[in-house]
Amino acid sequence: MAEGVLLQVKDVCKSFGGLRAVDSVSLDLHKGEIVGIIGPNGSGKTTLVNLITGFLRKDTGRVFYKGRDITNLPPHKVADLGLVRTFQVMRPYYSLPAYKNLIVPLYAPRVKRTKGGRLGDRDAVAIDILEDVGFERDAYVPYKPASALPTGYLKRLELCRCLALRPELIICDEIFSGLSPSEIASMVPIIERLQMEGITLMMVEHRLRELFRVANRVVAMNFGEKVAEGTPHEVMENEKVKDAYLGWEAT
Amino acid sequence: MAPDPGQRERRRERLDRGLKVRTEGIYALSSWKEISYLLAPRLILILGLILLPLFMPNLYWQRVICITGIFGLLALAFDFLANYVGLISLGSALFIGIGGYIAGILNSTLGLPIVVTIPVATFGGAFLSTVLLSPCFPLRGIYFAIVTLMYPLAASRIIEALDIFGGTEGMPGLDTMPNIWSALYSIIPVLLFSLFALRRLVTEDIGLVFRGIKDNDQAVRASGISIARYKACGTFIAAAIGCFAGAYLVHLYGWAGISLFALDFSIMPIAASVIGGMGTLVGPVLGAFILIPLTELLREFGSLRIVLYSLLLVGFIVFKPEGLMTYAQRKYHQFEHWVEV
Repeated sequence: MAEGVLLQVKDVCKSFGGLRAVDSVSLDLHKGEIVGIIGPNGSGKTTLVNLITGFLRKDTGRVFYKGRDITNLPPHKVADLGLVRTFQVMRPYYSLPAYKNLIVPLYAPRVKRTKGGRLGDRDAVAIDILEDVGFERDAYVPYKPASALPTGYLKRLELCRCLALRPELIICDEIFSGLSPSEIASMVPIIERLQMEGITLMMVEHRLRELFRVANRVVAMNFGEKVAEGTPHEVMENEKVKDAYLGWEAT
Repeated sequence: MAPDPGQRERRRERLDRGLKVRTEGIYALSSWKEISYLLAPRLILILGLILLPLFMPNLYWQRVICITGIFGLLALAFDFLANYVGLISLGSALFIGIGGYIAGILNSTLGLPIVVTIPVATFGGAFLSTVLLSPCFPLRGIYFAIVTLMYPLAASRIIEALDIFGGTEGMPGLDTMPNIWSALYSIIPVLLFSLFALRRLVTEDIGLVFRGIKDNDQAVRASGISIARYKACGTFIAAAIGCFAGAYLVHLYGWAGISLFALDFSIMPIAASVIGGMGTLVGPVLGAFILIPLTELLREFGSLRIVLYSLLLVGFIVFKPEGLMTYAQRKYHQFEHWVEV
């Protein structure tokens, strides 16, 4: 395996009944880069995320993370290795305050291993993580119940759940969607900072303008297949990608 | 009493902002007034339960209190499992049955005394229950509920069909508690201990993991935590409480039989939780202390009993669907707000 390859996806396939949701997709993620996954609705992006992170079983194909075969690992084992994901539909613990939401990942074996998470410490750590992504402590935002938070905060809470695990690779499933322009504007620097901290990101996105600001490389999908790969500019110039997004109207 | 500046600051911000930290168990104990405000309901509950047997007119009612304690424990276990781990178990009778049969077998065949059989049945039974229920952990909601309902039914049929453990006759002549007082004062402290231990547990970090599983199990998996493991852990805790109740019941009557797997043991805790208030832990216990003595009182009405009983339950669900405890808690906290401001 090539040096610096963090995640290697090899010919992964998944069918739902007769539908080929993901059809033999391969891609490599190098350490420290931000890779965007784009494609029209139903092109298999989220399914690909679910396959990589173990939430769905692969029909065929293999996934390697840091050279280790993680093809058949259950989700919690994958997350335990430092490959974590956010959910497109936010999944906070609505009955708990925002900072208590982070106690769950901070309780994970991975955190205990990397840092002796003593009892009582976790609240402070959780609030620090939340403050870093803009939960204003002075306005008591971290203490608010998750059910009272607007979408923008919940999206960031999703990201925080990943950050609490001290990940090496985060797969963000449409982290910009549903956000207002100003919320996106505050999210972009967070993503850029994560990259500077050495975290690799794979971002499934519909918001191309914002994605292309941060992504080093983009993979385009259509009907479950990978149709293009390259720099944001190259991918946008690709005829297949144009067809996928504009095809029906153009012809 | 002068609070230190840091504490006062913290208390003020929480109260001013109207945050419900109070319910999460962080308290600012800055004055006797505040301390007694928090202590009063707890003391009333503890002293009330401890003194309750003294006010019972006769042996019959003292035994009713023992049975009520058993249902109180079951209701507590049900509430914990359903509202804090997200496993709605309709099979509380399984815990009673397993705990009861283990205690019965140990007592009748090996002749072990009560002080040995009850602890062994509690923890051994909890382990066995967890192992038996573990295939159901991938199931959620109604699917888990319906499968757990089948367990006690299957167990009693198996015992009947194979004629093991005394078959339909059961195991008579087991050791009983030396007297009614030892029976009463063994279950009440256990009930109080389980109640306060569980209340504490659900605010601890591991309790938050349980609640996370209830709220959103996929997010817990994405956090690198095995949900099967923690579901097993929660089931073990609830099963230990239920198995203790079963072993205790067997030694209260001196008899173990297939009626330990009766549907009553599965249904009554749910009814008690509905009356007392789901998710409050203390509510279901109080619910049991209302329901079980009530069923005894209603005996005098003969066949009308079940009608009155049903009317009462329907009344509760229609007029106080949130349960007594939730209602009382809200009123109590509202009162406090008025005093503070």
